[in-house]
Amino acid sequence: MSVLVYAESWGGNFRKSTFEAVSYASETAKMLSTNVVAVSLEDVSEKELLKLGSYGASKVVSIPSLNKGDSQSASKIIAELSLDACVIVFSGTHTSRMIAPRLSVKLSAACIANVISLTKSSEITVKRKSFSTKAIETVKSNTEKTILSISPNSFGLKENQIDCTIERSDFSEEGDLLFEGQETASGKISISEAEIVVSAGRGLKGPENWGMIEELADVLGAATACSKPVSDIGWRPHSEHVGQTGKPVTADLYIAIGISGAIQHLAGVNSSKIMVAINTDPEAPFFKAADYGIIGDAFEVVPKFIEEIKNFKN
Amino acid sequence: MNILVCISSVPDTTSKINFTDNNTKFDNNGIQFVINPYDEFGLTKSIMIKESIGGKVTVITVGDVSVEPVMRKALAIGADDAVRVNMNPHDSFSVAFEISEYIKQNSFDLIIAGRESIDYNGGAVPGMISEMTNLPLVNACIGLEIEGNSVKLVREIDGGKEMITSPLPMVIGGQKGLVLENELRIPNMRGIMQSRTKPLSVIEPVSSSKYSTSVSFAKPEEKAGCKFVDASNVSELVHLLHNEAKVI
Repeated sequence: MSVLVYAESWGGNFRKSTFEAVSYASETAKMLSTNVVAVSLEDVSEKELLKLGSYGASKVVSIPSLNKGDSQSASKIIAELSLDACVIVFSGTHTSRMIAPRLSVKLSAACIANVISLTKSSEITVKRKSFSTKAIETVKSNTEKTILSISPNSFGLKENQIDCTIERSDFSEEGDLLFEGQETASGKISISEAEIVVSAGRGLKGPENWGMIEELADVLGAATACSKPVSDIGWRPHSEHVGQTGKPVTADLYIAIGISGAIQHLAGVNSSKIMVAINTDPEAPFFKAADYGIIGDAFEVVPKFIEEIKNFKN
Repeated sequence: MNILVCISSVPDTTSKINFTDNNTKFDNNGIQFVINPYDEFGLTKSIMIKESIGGKVTVITVGDVSVEPVMRKALAIGADDAVRVNMNPHDSFSVAFEISEYIKQNSFDLIIAGRESIDYNGGAVPGMISEMTNLPLVNACIGLEIEGNSVKLVREIDGGKEMITSPLPMVIGGQKGLVLENELRIPNMRGIMQSRTKPLSVIEPVSSSKYSTSVSFAKPEEKAGCKFVDASNVSELVHLLHNEAKVI
């Protein structure tokens, strides 16, 4: 018996969400009195792989030849490695959403997504986000093995340094898909990964006014996001749309500027720990959900906010 | 091109969510149901493909009779026929299993489901169908062009996008980008009239097994209330975020 965790990498590096999944696996393993085995796909250096030991992985199986987007092959190898596992942990990324359900069918194992709590016993029962975070559901697994996909940024990191061994596997197989390249925006912080998200809505009046939003995000080390109407009218790219039908946000700090706070928007962002609303309308629904609010014009408040953050950081 | 679109009937995005039976069941009292937004992008794309290269669009839903209005809406938008598996879904596995059985008994060139449903948010149905039918899978799909016997796809990855070519048939998990918001269709009178005579067949489920059980629901904790800072005193906000909230 063991707990298996898929340690996802991006261009040879792990991210916070990876370490969070390993931390979660490690806490689960402690409760079940067993150990954690991590699986890494794609080429990752030994130095990077060893970082998984800092969060409690006692063994890492590295499969450098496998493309993680090839869910057919990835689920096959992870199924082989899961023979001895009772719990298999993923972080809720786009890639995991392809691999985990396939693995679920292969292993006849329940697949529970958006998990936000640990199980209290070996009968796996966890809390998960449901109804686009308008509700928290308690779900029980009915199967011998269980796949848990963790909602990023809702569990946190737990350091737990242990001796970690690395095993390289030369498993090579190719699925039916032909991968023809990626385009990534370099230097930008991704919304799902960000600890701070600066988001703006129609109150900004036009795409030409986003300079101050980007500057505020820059001084805070934050990701930028936007409301649905703003992405629908083409002021910002769809990849920035957050809310019920866009990307979910679970940030430490979510700053909403010129966003009224429609229920669909709040549903996608309200699991953030602290929310700040800046809006000219004192009746804006966002103020009911926010922790801190400023009633005022974004064009006056945001430049001051940028100055104050700069002063604070110096 | 013979396309199967898997749709889910979900509470409208503006719905307030409540539960009954000691917080074990979703309370659909007063709720307006709509086609799951993620599925609607795939449905619209399928209709556009049919209009450009010909073929047929079938929609399938797992649910009791209460989901039929949403299926009629899909027919009014332009789907050709509809299939309802007569079962209240137990979990993602049970839904994927029933749809996969239907796929195995029929022949489709392309199967499109939404990336996730906005009610239970399991996000597992496209992946499970792909595994059960042994067909290639691309999830979080934001671009799709048919080229002969293969399909050029774009999928969203964290922080960017990836270009992929897949043979047909295959399974897609779709989202906005497959079509744009302003390309979504509102049923016109002609479509609504036609939808009443288009076939909506009901088939019985083949299995009752499930992998997980929903135990109960709760609402997220309410916030304690908003602390207001004067617009002329932004430094106070920075102070509070640092010293009180400890997030910067």
